[in-house]
Amino acid sequence: MIFQHFNLLSSRTVAQNIAFPLEVMGCSKIKRRAKVEELLALVGLEQKANFYPAQLSGGQKQRVGIARTLAGEPKVLLSDEATSALDPQTTRSILELLRDLNKRMGLTILLITHEMSVVKQICNSVAILKAGQVIEQGQVNDLVAKPNSLLASEIFPRQTIYNTTSGAILATIAFTKESANEPILSTLTRRFDINFNILSGSVEIISNQRVGQFQLELQGAKVTEALQYLYDLGFAVEVH
Amino acid sequence: MQGQALFFSLWQASIETFYMVAISTFIAVLLGLPLGLLLVVTAPGNILDHPSLYKVFSTFVNTGRSFPFIILLVVLTPVTRFIVGTSIGSTAALVPLSLAAIPFFARIAETSVLEVDKGLIEAAQAMGCNFWQIIYKVLIPEALPALVLGITILIVSLLNSSAMAGAVGGGGLGNLAIQYGYQRFDVGVMFTTILILIILVQVIQFLGDLLAYKLRKK
Repeated sequence: MIFQHFNLLSSRTVAQNIAFPLEVMGCSKIKRRAKVEELLALVGLEQKANFYPAQLSGGQKQRVGIARTLAGEPKVLLSDEATSALDPQTTRSILELLRDLNKRMGLTILLITHEMSVVKQICNSVAILKAGQVIEQGQVNDLVAKPNSLLASEIFPRQTIYNTTSGAILATIAFTKESANEPILSTLTRRFDINFNILSGSVEIISNQRVGQFQLELQGAKVTEALQYLYDLGFAVEVH
Repeated sequence: MQGQALFFSLWQASIETFYMVAISTFIAVLLGLPLGLLLVVTAPGNILDHPSLYKVFSTFVNTGRSFPFIILLVVLTPVTRFIVGTSIGSTAALVPLSLAAIPFFARIAETSVLEVDKGLIEAAQAMGCNFWQIIYKVLIPEALPALVLGITILIVSLLNSSAMAGAVGGGGLGNLAIQYGYQRFDVGVMFTTILILIILVQVIQFLGDLLAYKLRKK
């Protein structure tokens, strides 16, 4: 388990902190030393073995926390808001380390967070809780592809206040796996003679796939046909 | 009193003071620390979470701390005689000194250990620590700098209390100051004794601060 506030023992060095669970498990001294060295290398803190937690940065402290947890060779690593106290850059490096551990060691990581960017970066599947209830659950790339999912609306924030130009149609178009590579906006203009304004939109790479959402204001005689065309191509289309 | 006689009396008194303070400090830490830890772990919401037991310990400690030391010294006379076989002298003074210091240090230890971040206990439990491992691998090492400062307070406070040990013929520096300095108007003895006490307190505090600083890994 790794924690938001690291929870390292301030009276122990980095190496002694990592050795702590091994002591509790009753490992021999020689075994402990070898294991600690291996773990220090794994999290990239070989140089800091004899430092005290107070001498480390937040990111380094969390690396110690991760190494300490891995000492017990867990099947599941529980990460309780582990990056919430870190700056964005350090967060990224810790997430990269976690992803690396997940891939190299086949370690399952249960990650608790309120930062959607964290979910976006490293999660495979997600469950969103509200007042103790699971209100949404599924694979991250499935959920982001649905324009109405809570996850998608967190990752692709929409404009909430707008004044639609008279005669225009407001639609949200979600790009998913295959469709994201299509140059659809220019196709729409050419084939259906449509004018559009982009109210909001972004494209993200999630789990190595391009997904995105655009909130469009469409004008033209053939808007309905255009939207039908998009729908047939596999876009998720939602008209407001 | 002057010259060699003064020197001899001061030397004798210092040894008595040292004897009383050292042994009562040892006993107070030996018994007060576990009592303080019990106060911490039985407190509502802590690892043992036993509110009624906590109340018992807490009331016991408060009662022990309510007695003015000079009263305790007299009230405990039969107990002292039972434990050490005599009710006069430095050794006899050890009993009331220790008994007063135990609840005092228990409270100091309690506050020091409470300062340890609750998250560390959570982490220790997540790593499979049992109750005793949490005590001696987490709580005590993490609270150690604060405990050392607490022991410093304890020593200085015992140095103070030991001055009253004169009431049971316990001797010591405080007694010397009262008997010769105050009751016989020997200003020289009074000042010399107080000077020694001032220096002692300074040295004790300095050493305590230094040790706590060395233990605090920052």
